[in-house]
Amino acid sequence: MYVAAKGGERAIENAHKLLAHERRGDASVPEISLAQIDEQLTLAVDRVINEGSLYDRELAALAIKQARGDLIEAIFLLRAFRATLPRFGASEPLDTAAMEVRRRISATFKDLPGGQILGPTFDYTHRLLDPALGSQPPAEPARAAAENASMPRVTVLLGRDDLIEQSPQAAPDAAVGDLTQEPLAFPADRDLRLQNLARGDEGFLLALGYSTQRGYGRTHPFAGEIRVGEVEVAFHAEEVGFAVPLGRITVTECQTVNQFRGTATEPPRFTRGYGLAFGHCERKAMAMALVDRALRARDLGEEVAAPAQDEEFVLSHSDNVQATGFVEHLKLPHYVDFQAELGLVRRMRAEFGRAAGESTTGESTTGRPAIGEAAE
Amino acid sequence: MSAHTYNFAYLDEQTKRMIRRAILKAVAVPGYQVPFASREMPMPYGWGTGGVQVTAAVLGPNDVLKVIDQGSDDTTNAVSIRKFFAKTAGVRTTTRTAEASVIQTRHRIPERPLTEDQILVFQVPIPEPLRFLEPRETETRRMHALADYGVMHVKLYEDIARHGHIATTYAYPVKVDDRYIMDPSPTPKFDNPKMNDCAALQLFGAGREKRIYAIPPYTKVVSLDFEDHPFETYRHNAPCALCGATDSFLDEVVTDDRGGRMFVCSDSDYCEARRSAQRTTTEGTKTQERVKPAETEADNG
Repeated sequence: MYVAAKGGERAIENAHKLLAHERRGDASVPEISLAQIDEQLTLAVDRVINEGSLYDRELAALAIKQARGDLIEAIFLLRAFRATLPRFGASEPLDTAAMEVRRRISATFKDLPGGQILGPTFDYTHRLLDPALGSQPPAEPARAAAENASMPRVTVLLGRDDLIEQSPQAAPDAAVGDLTQEPLAFPADRDLRLQNLARGDEGFLLALGYSTQRGYGRTHPFAGEIRVGEVEVAFHAEEVGFAVPLGRITVTECQTVNQFRGTATEPPRFTRGYGLAFGHCERKAMAMALVDRALRARDLGEEVAAPAQDEEFVLSHSDNVQATGFVEHLKLPHYVDFQAELGLVRRMRAEFGRAAGESTTGESTTGRPAIGEAAE
Repeated sequence: MSAHTYNFAYLDEQTKRMIRRAILKAVAVPGYQVPFASREMPMPYGWGTGGVQVTAAVLGPNDVLKVIDQGSDDTTNAVSIRKFFAKTAGVRTTTRTAEASVIQTRHRIPERPLTEDQILVFQVPIPEPLRFLEPRETETRRMHALADYGVMHVKLYEDIARHGHIATTYAYPVKVDDRYIMDPSPTPKFDNPKMNDCAALQLFGAGREKRIYAIPPYTKVVSLDFEDHPFETYRHNAPCALCGATDSFLDEVVTDDRGGRMFVCSDSDYCEARRSAQRTTTEGTKTQERVKPAETEADNG
């Protein structure tokens, strides 16, 4: 009986073997390749590089395969790998105005410089299952001539007329915060908040953003602009004295235009919410922008009452690797704590039984201190 | 990926230095929670990532490591962490408390008294003893700074008023060096007295919450209580069914579905050591006398 607790080592090894077997599934079905995951489950890869905080599609594809498609597990794999990587420094700020745009929409202006570009979107598809997708050969490749028009950001257009607050500019020499290198402390500055949200769980941010729309910390948002495309990453190399381009990455940016604010000394202006994510992640970027705006309540002198405005609440619970770990750790043995609790409950029940027995001795002849038992 | 691609004990040296700085500060201010930049480890949060990082930072090539979970070396997570360090650090591991120089633990303190040559590393899920009374970190840090601990005493008092007892049986709060209130990690309160004036260095690592704290050797550690409701420990009123110990913390093992149960030492090394000593003393006299697994009733008096 007691020896059942022994043999943990062999149990683990066997569990790992079984896991590998289950991961592979039916051996008569061809094994999925990393390239297939990268090319055909692109949005899954996008989510993993985002919340895994590491822009490496191949490793993300590997993580997804290894995790049997469990994206939070894949994110965890990528994070654990990322933690071992050396750090050279921070890149130059991305210039999303210079983005090679694949998709760009604004919900605030019917037409605007650069135009509305629908791009690859589910938005206007009818959600009807397509049985043909299971078997049919691929359709003709979709091709179109690339536009080369300049595409200023909507917030810049609004800013020209001073209708929206200026984006606060960081001091050029100020180091960017990094919550993976320094523990997060409260109150947290916006750079750290945005980093936290960018790594945060899409579902959690989605629910929080949704809650602001339903009245819990309402911010009256408009999707000023959502753009998806490729931007260049540059790194200022001390040795050569200028910024060296490292490559291009795909990002999704969402800028919301939110309810205005003015003071006795300042005229009313719209305020901003900001979301940025690796890859094509509109839901994430939009939710992030809503939550970013909600979290600015303190800075903007608004009342902090709703969950989405509560910095400690949001930032402490957004990380799904942390959340899944702590929730699932309940699977680990808690024998000794439970024994300690069991002891106390038994003792209190015994006292309850005695007390009840004493109070009923007048009427009862059995004298059984079993009142507590009967209540079970 | 093979072990040699990682640094000794997995973490890179910069990270270890950062953790050691936090440990030094923690030792200098006993019971104070020092923030540190906890890394993602290759095991999940909640599985002991804080303890693992502290162990990785203090471990040297000549150390002998013991890992226990619920007092036992054989629980799966203890096995897993022990294997992790055997692989990434190549250190000698042991299940014997006496032989270990570093002991990482979850939820227990070994029964055998620790020595000055040992470090006990606790895995901590929620380092903040005030967390369930005040969820905000900004607030609890202020309370610690001002030693504003009234709310904790009120909680304990309310327990007594409601239940007749202080209804905290594990993670029972202690005051360290007459200053900071500290969470001893979810060890049963049976273990609290062992922390007081302990010869070994006690280090606490909370990975997800990014905190390290410490009790230096021979530090005063007092479990909170009231004059008329003094702190008391609890153990099942039974001897260990395997070794007969009457002074060890016991696990209750359910033996059938008719209420049968037995009690055995939670500390597997302590139990094993006692049994092998009994075997040695009885050898040669007569056939080995087995201690009967007594079907003891849980008496909680």
